[in-house]
Amino acid sequence: MPEPILSLEGVFTDIAQYHVLQGVDLTVPAGEVTMLLGRNGVGKTTTLKTVMGHWRAREGRILLDGTDIARTPTPDIARMGVGYVPEDMGIFANLSVEENMVLAAVTGPIDPARRDWIFSVFPPLKTFWSSAAGNLSGGQKQMLSIARAMIEERRLYLIDEPTKGLAPAIISTMARALRELKAQGASILLVEQNFSVAKALGDGVQVMDDGRVIWSGRMAELAGDAALQERLMGLSLEGA
Amino acid sequence: MLVKLLSGDSPRSPLLALILLAILIALAFAPFLFPGIRSVDTAARICIFIVLVASYDLLLGYTGIVSFAHTMFFGMGAYGVALASVHMGRGFDALAVGTLAGAALAAVFAFLIALFSLRVRAIFFAMITLAVASAVAVLVSQLSQITGGEDGLTFLIPRELTPAFRFGDELFGVRLNGKLLNYYLVFLASLALFLLLLRIVNSPFGRVLQAIRENDFRAESIGYRVVAYRTTATCISAAVAAFAGALYAVWIRYVGPDAVLSFDIMLDILLMVVIGGMGTMYGAVIGAVLLLIAQNYLQELMGLGAGAFEGVPILPELLSADRWLLWLGILFVLSVYFFPTGIVGRLRQGR
Amino acid sequence: MAHAEQREAPPAGDEVAHRPTMTRAGLTDRLAPWMPFLLVPVLAVLGWLAIPSTSSWLTLTVSGLAMGMMIFIMASGLTLVFGLMDVINFGHGAFVSVGAFVGVSMLLVLANMTEAPSLMLNLLAMLAAVIAAMVATGALGWAFERVIVKPVYGAHLKQILVTMGGLIVIEQLIVVLWGPEEIYILRPEALQGAVTFAGAALEKYRLVAVGIGLALFIAMRLVLRRTKIGLIVRAGVENGPMVEAMGYRLRRVFIGVFIAGSALAGLGGVMWGLYQELITAHMGQEIMILIFIVVIIGGLGSVEGCFIGALLVGLMQNYVAFLEPKAALVSNIALMVAILMWRPQGMIPVVKAK
Repeated sequence: MPEPILSLEGVFTDIAQYHVLQGVDLTVPAGEVTMLLGRNGVGKTTTLKTVMGHWRAREGRILLDGTDIARTPTPDIARMGVGYVPEDMGIFANLSVEENMVLAAVTGPIDPARRDWIFSVFPPLKTFWSSAAGNLSGGQKQMLSIARAMIEERRLYLIDEPTKGLAPAIISTMARALRELKAQGASILLVEQNFSVAKALGDGVQVMDDGRVIWSGRMAELAGDAALQERLMGLSLEGA
Repeated sequence: MLVKLLSGDSPRSPLLALILLAILIALAFAPFLFPGIRSVDTAARICIFIVLVASYDLLLGYTGIVSFAHTMFFGMGAYGVALASVHMGRGFDALAVGTLAGAALAAVFAFLIALFSLRVRAIFFAMITLAVASAVAVLVSQLSQITGGEDGLTFLIPRELTPAFRFGDELFGVRLNGKLLNYYLVFLASLALFLLLLRIVNSPFGRVLQAIRENDFRAESIGYRVVAYRTTATCISAAVAAFAGALYAVWIRYVGPDAVLSFDIMLDILLMVVIGGMGTMYGAVIGAVLLLIAQNYLQELMGLGAGAFEGVPILPELLSADRWLLWLGILFVLSVYFFPTGIVGRLRQGR
Repeated sequence: MAHAEQREAPPAGDEVAHRPTMTRAGLTDRLAPWMPFLLVPVLAVLGWLAIPSTSSWLTLTVSGLAMGMMIFIMASGLTLVFGLMDVINFGHGAFVSVGAFVGVSMLLVLANMTEAPSLMLNLLAMLAAVIAAMVATGALGWAFERVIVKPVYGAHLKQILVTMGGLIVIEQLIVVLWGPEEIYILRPEALQGAVTFAGAALEKYRLVAVGIGLALFIAMRLVLRRTKIGLIVRAGVENGPMVEAMGYRLRRVFIGVFIAGSALAGLGGVMWGLYQELITAHMGQEIMILIFIVVIIGGLGSVEGCFIGALLVGLMQNYVAFLEPKAALVSNIALMVAILMWRPQGMIPVVKAK
């Protein structure tokens, strides 16, 4: 297996009085898509937020390329090359699509080639380039949110439920975009409830329950074993 | 019986209980223990401010809303009594009508302000109360035909409450006159109002307020209508402040913008609540007693200090009695940072 | 490029099913965002109808606009600071007072320049006063942020109390340093007097104030729209955590905005002091009332809303003061109530991410 780009070792995170993460251990190998699966409320989103530093781990280590970032300020984590697509998309509604993208390009002006590539993956963003992001449809906002992460090459992408609540046609657009990103050799940690999307994209799988990773392995292994799927996730999988 | 009077909210600290008892006894027998116009006057002001500050605590400490209009409500009660006495002639009926009208007006104002601000976000409340209170203060000093303007109004209270009224000779060397009756009117009314506030904060209603203060989202999701509770608390607090204002007007027999509406009173209230201890009710007692005594006697001390440093640059300026507010401000900021539970909180911790 | 080859041709059905269209809004919907901008001319016309003489109306309109611009300058920092970090600074008025005292002291020191009948010298003195005031209040803002505001992030109740305390302390320190008396100040020679236009006397100083306010508003808009730092501020007002997750240190930006806002309040203080030709330690606290009304009706966090709100308040104040002096402040409370009934979040509410 390739070297891990990200690994969490015994991470505990509290939100107010709730112990949400209770010793998460997981690794994201470089150049792979790692799926983070599990029922609602088991701590998947909190795991991503803890990596970004939005929530602080009470205990444990978070290694990004070997550096412990558990105490690093969020902006510094981002500048180490982490692209983050939050569950609520985090669109700046009062800014135009272009302004959203300009902000996302932290290191300098937007690279035109990269922008054209994004236009080819998400054509609506080209159409509405100078419109207010708040006027986009739900699916277009999700495209923008992923496009912001893709506008620069990142060491690691953290993507939280990119297909949530979207129409099937748009889901296929998302899946295509993520496939292209994967084809570039990007390392991705992807939270996904839609198992057919997960199956198509994932290399490795980490399954969470009750604030811990309870199973990790290869996607092929999980995809081929219906009983295992049933045992691990039971209710959670849609469209399996 | 005692526990019931206190609505089951005991001081929960022997030292605090002792201090409160001492204050109660001192205030109950003030005319006999500390004869002299000035000390009785201080005692009466303490009684009134305890009510005023406790009613503010209902808002700040128990509901978590900051209001800068508490002096306005206080003033409404005071002007109510003054205007009623001027227009209806001296008499207890005028006092009653004025007090009730002032309290009703205060409650209506509080309701309207709450309607416009709390609905959106609690922080609006602080800003809007500040704006409305200053507009009212300006208006009161401008509408001189009605309010007497900057000069204020002097009025007559029932003869039974003035020194001219005698009902006996002397008791323990204290003249038995109307002024004494007036003091006991203030004392007993204040005591009743304070016990009423204590009852309110310890009722189920008060518990909901505290739940809202701790976490308004959660309270809302449990099903409490946060805005309705906050609005009600605001109205009660305003009405009680107006009652305190009415007592104050009866005691000093005068109202004026500086005496009952000035922003300095608002600052005094804030400081008393914070130093005494927010959200404890008893903090109001401690804060009011401490600050008023300090104001009366410490300012002289500062004056002496300023005199002692004459010739040294800046220092006499800083210590001058006029700079009282500077030190209060510093004390206030420091208390909020380092002493957020106030004296009562500290005493209860140290138990 | 490698990725381009990887892309499969999209199935035609997908494109039909998912045709990106913007919803066509009706005329009223499309006008809605512009409504607040229309309020200013509407108020001006109402004033013209209410005020019998056109020349008085013109004079009042100019002084209303001048007052509005000055309030905007003082209020803009407050609204941005709130939008960006959810910090409400009740001590903002202190910067106005300090700015006025520092600036006016500078003008008094440079009296020989301000009294000279030379426009050049007058302007130089003004510039020196403004710079001194802005440097002083900017530095004070920096200190205020560190000492007073920083320990109480995220706690509104304490913020209100502590910043109010800070205001009192600073006001009192002004009295210690400058003495308790109010200070009278004459405007520089070149800014005294009035020009006559269409039979109306328009004070030169007010015209200058309008010019400065307008220039600042345009500059501020340009910075917010055209520069990356402006983008960060606007995005931060909407969703701070996301801006941080993109790699920007919002706290640093915030401190910058706090300092800039304080410096602007200081500038507003000098201008306001010269407008009134009188300064007192309390002036900041007094003007805070109008500033709060402006940021509330504008929509907390919105610079455009603040601008419109300030003009409305300025015009209202002047028209009503002319018609019925006692009702001036009350009329602005009424304006606030009316606008909150129309839009409870203010005229241009800032969409906040949850």
